[in-house]
Parts: sequence; C-alpha cells; structure tokens
Amino acid sequence: MAVAKVCGMETEYGIALRGTQQVANPIVASSLLINAYLKDLKKVSWDFEDESPGVDARGFSRDTSQFAEVESSLVNAVLTNGARYYVDHAHPEISTPECTNALDVVRFDRAGEKILTHSIQVANSSFSNGEFLVVYKNNSDRKGNSYGTHENYLMDRKLAFSRLAREIMPHLITRQIYTGAGKVGIEIPVDNVKVDFQLTQRADFFEEPIGLETTLKRPIVNTRDEPHADVEKYRRLHVIVGDANLSEVSNYLKIGVTSLVLSMIEDDYMPNQNWTLLNPVEALKKVSWDITLAQPLELEAGGTITALDLQWELYTSATKYAENSALDSIGGYQVGIEILHKWEEILHGLENDPMELSNQLDWVAKYQLIEGYRQRHGLTWSDDRLAAMDLQYHDMRPEKSLFARLPMKKLVDEESVIDAMTNPPTDTRAYFRGRCLQKWPSAVVAANWDSLVFDLGEDPLRKIPMMEPLKGTAAHVDNLLESCSTPADLLDKLGS
Amino acid sequence: MAERELKKKQSQSKTNPEETTQAPASSEKGEKIKAELDDLLDEIDGVLEENAEEFVRNYVQKGGQ
Repeated sequence: MAVAKVCGMETEYGIALRGTQQVANPIVASSLLINAYLKDLKKVSWDFEDESPGVDARGFSRDTSQFAEVESSLVNAVLTNGARYYVDHAHPEISTPECTNALDVVRFDRAGEKILTHSIQVANSSFSNGEFLVVYKNNSDRKGNSYGTHENYLMDRKLAFSRLAREIMPHLITRQIYTGAGKVGIEIPVDNVKVDFQLTQRADFFEEPIGLETTLKRPIVNTRDEPHADVEKYRRLHVIVGDANLSEVSNYLKIGVTSLVLSMIEDDYMPNQNWTLLNPVEALKKVSWDITLAQPLELEAGGTITALDLQWELYTSATKYAENSALDSIGGYQVGIEILHKWEEILHGLENDPMELSNQLDWVAKYQLIEGYRQRHGLTWSDDRLAAMDLQYHDMRPEKSLFARLPMKKLVDEESVIDAMTNPPTDTRAYFRGRCLQKWPSAVVAANWDSLVFDLGEDPLRKIPMMEPLKGTAAHVDNLLESCSTPADLLDKLGS
Repeated sequence: MAERELKKKQSQSKTNPEETTQAPASSEKGEKIKAELDDLLDEIDGVLEENAEEFVRNYVQKGGQ
C-alpha cells in the first residue's frame, strides 16, 4: 500500500530594494526582511509572556534569538507553525510544515504569503530614507534568472526510482495546463518560435529529463536523495518543475493530483500506460508555449497525445484507482474524491473554454487581465506595460498586487490561514516541533525537519530525533506536553 | 475512450465543504467575468507602477534553485 504522501512546499520569493539608485545586495535585503519579522514576533512573544504567569520563564532570555537555528550564519529560523523561514540563494524562502493533504499545503502556503506580507510591512516601516522592499511570489525576473518553488512528497524507498521517474514524468509535463502561473513572452529564445504568452514561469529553464541539479541544467525529475526521515523506509520526491501559485485552485490541484498519481505509482496502478513522451524537455516547453492546449506530443510507443488528453487518461485511471483504494495515503477517501471532482471540473473547463476558468487558474486569470488591457490600449505583446503587469500580478504588497484585485475562488477560509501563521498542523511531526517552540522557545536551540535540539543549560545539548513524519501529532504528544512543565521533564520522559 | 466520454458527461458535483462560491451557468458566468474584468481594467492604470519600462528593467534577480 502506498505510504502516506506527507507533503510540503518551499518557495523562493523574488526581492528588490526600490526608492534608491543603489543596487542592494539581495542576501542583505532578504536577511533584513526576515529579521524584521522575527523581531516583531519576539516583541509579541514578550508581551504574551508577561501576561501568562503559568508559562515557565526560566532560561527565557531576551538576548538569545528566539527561533534562530545555530547551524548557519545566514538567517535561518523555524517558526511556531512548524515552517522554516530563511535566506537561500539570495532569496527569502519559506517552507511549509509537513502536511498530510493538499488543502493543508494550500493553507500553509497562504500563511507563508501572509508572513512575507507582514515582513514587508514591518521592514518598510523601518526605512526613513524613501527606500522600500518589494517582494514577488513568482519564479523569474524575466531576464533569464529563475528561482524555484519546490514540492516534496514522502515516498516508499522500496519503489525503484527509475520506475518512479518514468511514470511521474508524463504527469509533471502535462499538469502545466492547470498549474501554470502564466508568463508574458519567452526567456530562452528558440529559433522559429514566437511566444506572446505561455502557461508557466518555469518551463523555459529546464534542460534535462532527470538529474540532480537545481540551479543549472534543471531536470524535470530531480534525483536528490535526502529523505529528512528514516532512510531505510523512505524517499522524498523533490519536485522542482512547478510554478509559484497564487491561485488556491492551481495550488490545490498541483499538490493534490500529484499526491494521487504518486500513490497510484506506488500501488502499481498505472495499468498498461503508454504515456512515456519521446522528448520530455521539448514536450514540457511545447505544452507551456501553447495556450490553445492543442499541441500534439510524441509518444515513445508511437503516435501523439495532447496534454489535456493525457490528463484525461490519468484522471480516468485515478477514478478506477479510487474504486479500489481507501485513499488513505492522500488524507482519506473524502479528501481524494474532492481532488478528483475538482480535477474533473477543471479538465472540463479547459476543454470547453479555458477563459471560463479565469477565477480559478493562475495562467488564465493573468492572461485574461493582460489581454484585456492589451486590447483596450491597442498594445503589442512586447510592450513593457504588459511585462510590468505580469510582474505586478505577483506583488506581495496587497495594495500593489494585481492578483489580489481579481475575484478568485477560495478553498481555505481566511481565519484558518491566520491561525496557520503561528500554529502547526495537528497531524504530522510538525505539531511536536511547533508546540515545543511555542512552549520553550529559548530551550530549543536548533530545529531540523527530523530533529529538535534542546539546551538545558548543562552540557551536552540533547537531541530528540523525529525520523517518522507521522509521529509527533497532537494525538501522540498533547498529553505528554501537557504533563511537562519544563523541557527537562520532556526529555526525561522521552528518555532522550 | 468510451468510458472517458462517460466520465466527462457526468454531472459535476461540488463536494468541497470549504468552497465559498458556486459556479453559475456557463454563459451567465462568462458575462459576469467580462463585466468584472471591465471594472478592473477601468481602475488598473491607478494601480500599475508608473514607469513600466524602468520598473521592468530594474528587476534583476540572482538565479536560485
């Protein structure tokens, strides 16, 4: 049976300093942004501390960075919602905590957006010289430089990686028709190819079908083998080919359908599939460059298929899989059925008239907005105003965001998103991480995906390993945490 | 493929309890979207960054993952 598709997403945001002629060092800018948020949090925490006499304050020091990891000189923080907020490759990056289902990933990704927006507001209020930071949730500066949005899925190590790579590739190539965040133009010019608008931010930057790289010669299937869990039992499939989505529907299907297809692969439920594409990299770009969704893709077995038809084939197989599976690996039967229904609805929409999905999918929403503006003002596709609109669609300042002005469909309620900014999911090990950080912020000196390290004021540091992503849930540890008044109690009871 | 046609013809049901809006009928929906888009385009010049050329030119990132 497929292992639980514990999943999460990590997003590198674009960042720039405006209101100055100087070019800011992006690492400094990213650090300033994140530190502004952490300092603001700390302030809130102190207030809370003052009002909560029952909370153990021993060892709580205002001089220690409350959530900082000790491993890196770059800003690298773990938040009480179980997420990680850090500087990576000259970008601010936030990783959601581990989740058991697609809707939770959407919720925590939205919480991440709110954390970024709050960071910008706090950071910009500290400038007095007219400078200000702008942050974009996109994947390209439109000049050939890309930064990533990565998905992670827990996989059974028993599944041969070669089979996993072969069977997931057609899905990763064709899902672009609903996961794309849209882009004006093309960044890596190709002879005899003219692209006014394409489905995705990322397709231009991929050069290999399979490989280990993430920053150059990017592969459609990434082979990084770093499970952040018991290495004997698990893999982590690290998907680097997706776009940063603002649309909740695009994001939900990106995670939900991929989790479902991965479960089918693990359960050996890809019956007689002949969907291997002859030239994966070329197919990836062909799909992205064609907003009519009509491009035939060459199959290794002979003949052709469109991205939409391949998605219909996958959908049909998935419905059969659902008839024979409890769908526990993706959050249960009802969760799986909801994913199937949304998937079907969107494929229907794409087939009938994609433009009717402008309140559901990122690329359609962006296209319709920019095309409407283009027609109204009689502009050509190369006009800078359209490129500026593309960029501004992703602006994380609410007053500047074009996305925020669109009547997009919501899947998660706002209250739960605000809650997810500070509280962890209850059904993965992220719960234990988040609650320990809430309860004993100064005693936790390092937090990784698979461990927590405590400093109890005596040598040596003490480490709690968390090699099972589904252990450390509210059901497992709530009573334990309630019964411990100090971190020393906790470590004694755990025998660590 | 026949089965696929069958699936495609099945009425679409809404099962997500957290969805907050219902999709109206197709043509009505198209009209509504168009009207909303027109309203948005009316106000968009006030939201767009002023000097588009400079705005786009100045946005340069170091490549990431």
